[in-house]
Amino acid sequence: MTATADTTALEFGKARVRKEDARLITGRSRYTDAITPPGTLHVAVVRSPLAHARITSIDTTEAKRAPGVHGVYTVSDLGADEVGMPCAWPITPDQKAPQRPVLAKDTVHFAGEGVAVVVARSAAEAKDAAELVEVDYDPLDPVLDMEAALGEGATLVHPDLGTNESATWVFDSGEAGTGGSVADAIAAAEADPDQVVVRRRFRQQRLVPAFMEPRSCVVDPTGEQMVIYSATQVPHILRTMTTVTLGIPESKLRVIAPDVGGGFGGKIGVLPEEMMTVLLAQKLGRPVKWTETRSESMLTAHHGRDQIQDLTITAKKDGTITGLDVRLLADMGAYLGLVGPGVPVLGAFMFNAIYKVPAYRFQTTNVFTTKTLTDAYRGAGRPEATFGIERIIDELAVELGREPLELREQNWIKHEEFPFTTVCGLTYDSGNYEQATARAKELFDYDALRREQAERRERGDQVQLGIGISTFTEMCGLAPSRVLGSLAYGAGGWEAASIRMLATGKVEVITGASAHGQGHETAFSQIVADKLGVPFEDVEILHGDTASSPKGLDTYGSRSLVVGGIAITMAADKVIEKAKKIAAHLLEADEADIEFSAGQFSVRGTDKGKAIQEIAFAAFMAHDYPEGMEPSLDSDAVYDPENFSFPHGTHLAAMEVDTETGRVNLRHYVCVDDIGNVVNPLIAEGQVHGGLAQGIAQALFEEANYDDQGTLVSGTFVDYTLPSAADLPSFTTEIVSTPATSNPLGVKGVGEAGTIASTPAIVNGVLDAVRHLGVADIQMPTTSQRVWRAIQEAKGRSTQETPVDTHSPGAGLGSIDPNNPQGEVQ
Amino acid sequence: MIPAKFDYVRPSTVEEAVSALQQGGDDAKIIAGGQSLLPVLRLRLAAPSVVIDLGGIPELRRIAEDGDRIAIGAMAPHHDVMRDDLVKEHVTLLSQATATVADPQVRHRGTLGGALAHADPAGDLGAVALALEAEFVIAGSSGTRTVPAAEFFVDYFTTAIGEGEILTQVRFPKYTGWSTHYEKFNRTAQAWSMVAVAAALRVEGGSIAEARIGLTNMGTTPIRATGVEQALVGQPATADSVRAAAEHATEGTAAPSDADAAADYREHLAKVLTGRAVLAAAG
Repeated sequence: MTATADTTALEFGKARVRKEDARLITGRSRYTDAITPPGTLHVAVVRSPLAHARITSIDTTEAKRAPGVHGVYTVSDLGADEVGMPCAWPITPDQKAPQRPVLAKDTVHFAGEGVAVVVARSAAEAKDAAELVEVDYDPLDPVLDMEAALGEGATLVHPDLGTNESATWVFDSGEAGTGGSVADAIAAAEADPDQVVVRRRFRQQRLVPAFMEPRSCVVDPTGEQMVIYSATQVPHILRTMTTVTLGIPESKLRVIAPDVGGGFGGKIGVLPEEMMTVLLAQKLGRPVKWTETRSESMLTAHHGRDQIQDLTITAKKDGTITGLDVRLLADMGAYLGLVGPGVPVLGAFMFNAIYKVPAYRFQTTNVFTTKTLTDAYRGAGRPEATFGIERIIDELAVELGREPLELREQNWIKHEEFPFTTVCGLTYDSGNYEQATARAKELFDYDALRREQAERRERGDQVQLGIGISTFTEMCGLAPSRVLGSLAYGAGGWEAASIRMLATGKVEVITGASAHGQGHETAFSQIVADKLGVPFEDVEILHGDTASSPKGLDTYGSRSLVVGGIAITMAADKVIEKAKKIAAHLLEADEADIEFSAGQFSVRGTDKGKAIQEIAFAAFMAHDYPEGMEPSLDSDAVYDPENFSFPHGTHLAAMEVDTETGRVNLRHYVCVDDIGNVVNPLIAEGQVHGGLAQGIAQALFEEANYDDQGTLVSGTFVDYTLPSAADLPSFTTEIVSTPATSNPLGVKGVGEAGTIASTPAIVNGVLDAVRHLGVADIQMPTTSQRVWRAIQEAKGRSTQETPVDTHSPGAGLGSIDPNNPQGEVQ
Repeated sequence: MIPAKFDYVRPSTVEEAVSALQQGGDDAKIIAGGQSLLPVLRLRLAAPSVVIDLGGIPELRRIAEDGDRIAIGAMAPHHDVMRDDLVKEHVTLLSQATATVADPQVRHRGTLGGALAHADPAGDLGAVALALEAEFVIAGSSGTRTVPAAEFFVDYFTTAIGEGEILTQVRFPKYTGWSTHYEKFNRTAQAWSMVAVAAALRVEGGSIAEARIGLTNMGTTPIRATGVEQALVGQPATADSVRAAAEHATEGTAAPSDADAAADYREHLAKVLTGRAVLAAAG
């Protein structure tokens, strides 16, 4: 019964179709909202339509009388006046952190904030009754503009804090001893006719993460442990934070993240609605369910990005960069999210990117406004940084009259210089920017497109061509716990894994990573199949339930493979170590003579051997095993990385701009990413594709807009324009592999790479198409109107831009006037 | 996304539908394909007391030749309209414009009559119906009446359909052999038109003998670009003459301003897209 795997057919590197897909695609999925324990009550949240207002009264009389209603509660009714939502990242010791209540107490601080909650027999009855709750508000001035918010006499979002500034965090390479002083570098450059100083302001617009499954939480208090089902990326963190927030002993909580339909960072938070649902379930002694609508999700789930970036770069006229100064204003929204304040800080280490920058300073000032709070969104800090540096490198190239790729190459870290310690003190373990760039240029036919561009310019074609470049790197695999500790982050960055060898030779792998679309089940199975020499089909991956996976730090920051995958590898090594002892015992050989390969323990130089499944069975029977050993192969491991992982790549975009209409068309996109060794090329490619779509969407399509009253005007998918497949071309993606040296699998993270890299490639390309017309910058998203206006202004024609603060009267849903619903709505 | 409570009726004849509508009074709403009404209900922007579903009246889905006209039942789904051989041959422009409406899912549920009766100025089919001088057959308690397209569109979301009346059919004259094109400009592929231009030309011996031009989302209703039509007639379909004629595209328009496009940009687009639509139609 020796089942031997074919050693020539390693799972690692095989483009397997994901094993979870058949279930997900055919509707055998189980999302949180599909879970309804017997007796479940349903919740509807009454939300503020105003951004900033004092609540003068809440009348719940009518709502309480409505059919099916069990109760209507304010924060005080829930006994939750003192409950504050956690923020796990005090970036400075004196960071100002207002208490975020479960429901607003006397003041609402952003449009959409919960004010009261209705509990009813059905979701429909809860929703009907919620409409009957009468809330009176005394409006206050909204706080919308970050610079104005920091000004003298500004309206304060939280008057008790005395300021709208939450914190200012600084890194200075001169002070840190990792590089020179940027102030000196700028002063020297200004005084030196052989140097240039380029200053630019960029804007990172606000984005909505727009995961597919809206957030949902079901709490069942009827068992010995309270069970919390949640559409979350972070079930383990949710359990700990529920204890921290509400005082329920952690041992009395079981958190389950069932199938979760996407997150992109948007489900990394611990939500007031989750805590509210727990409180209601406790109070009523019955299961309670909250599921948000898409409109609630757009309005209240945390947003991403929203920075103003002031960059100064200095360089010698020969192109050598001499200094980089970065000053950010980062909009936190009305409160601090779980890791929101740290998002710009994650960018601090990435503005220098792949370049040898001798002097660097970074400063972020985090600002409160009366908007939805911001927090992690795919890339979290690193897309912002990559955009800033890749945009200003292009600006420097224009200033110096240099070919932008050549200028990059002149300044980047050469492949023979790795490992390389950057001006931020990070050590990039491996990389080969020359290789990725050479391959990308070849796939793109860079030189031919440059020729076409020149010809179009010469002919004055109506459609001009631009070539956008982004040579990005990022730090992912969050994260070494000690590094997180040095940044005052409120947790470590390790990951846990367990492997259970079942009696019949099958394998259960328990991971603390929490998949929500990444393909963990498949990729982790491939790793384990190779490590233990068992068939792929014999490996089961268990995750997302604190009862089966008690220890973990969940999924974000491209960490599942490079941290969680390594923990699994280490646990597998321990299994093999134990099995080897039993094999030696059963084979009556010295342990040193036992070799393990492809699932087979054999005695060196003989044909004697036993399969790992046989050893597993022997350990289960326990009739015959070595003295001093437990009869079990099961093993646990916790992996705490010593370094981040640094994927990189070269992204090239051929952008066509119709100079007559301003319409931008992405004609061709090539990226060559170096993500080290690849477990499953199909999954990696899928991650890159999705990442590209999201990054390109920031450049071309998406923007969360507020009007001057602080109302989110892009509150539906009619107004918040997500692209579909019809809006994007077929991408040309390729992987090159310079193995990481910082982990035993040689892998690097890939979950965020496409998003981080693509945004500046697109914007650089749009500008490259119209720069010869005199256009210097276009804000994101580079809509046709913005491009057209930029061209008009460059031609010296002033265009009157009507300030717009209302919906289009003729653009779909937003156009329906609720006060005038006449007309034949057929 | 749960609508407020409403009653639902599904009549099987137009007469029953009219009577249900009259019984329902002010708070009754007709549902055709539901692609506009359902989102509005789910967002609770409207709360009708009764919803009257026309889906149970098979004859309202029929597309047929009727002498010199193609008569399309108000409940014909976009998908049927764009694929119909009669429509393709005689009302090609309608087929082309319908193919640009939203996405395949919406085109299977949404209907021609529903879209026209909803009268969203950003909707694509109003400009086509107006340019092609369609007739609207409207049923009420005292029988049916026919309204020409020029009188059908009254204002934002407002048509000549009166209280207690139902649009039952849209009749298009045949434009067999005409050269047509629908030029749509939107933010994303499946978004509403920022501006769009419907163009139909009868070209004789290299010059334009007749022209019909309709504009989408350039005012509170679809707009007929008569100035452009007049300027085109008798002209060769060359880039220069067409562009010169297209300069008239903004006459009589009242372009809205929104986050995608302010009025001045829309006016610019209307001219550019009119030129492109006519040139594309002329081939």
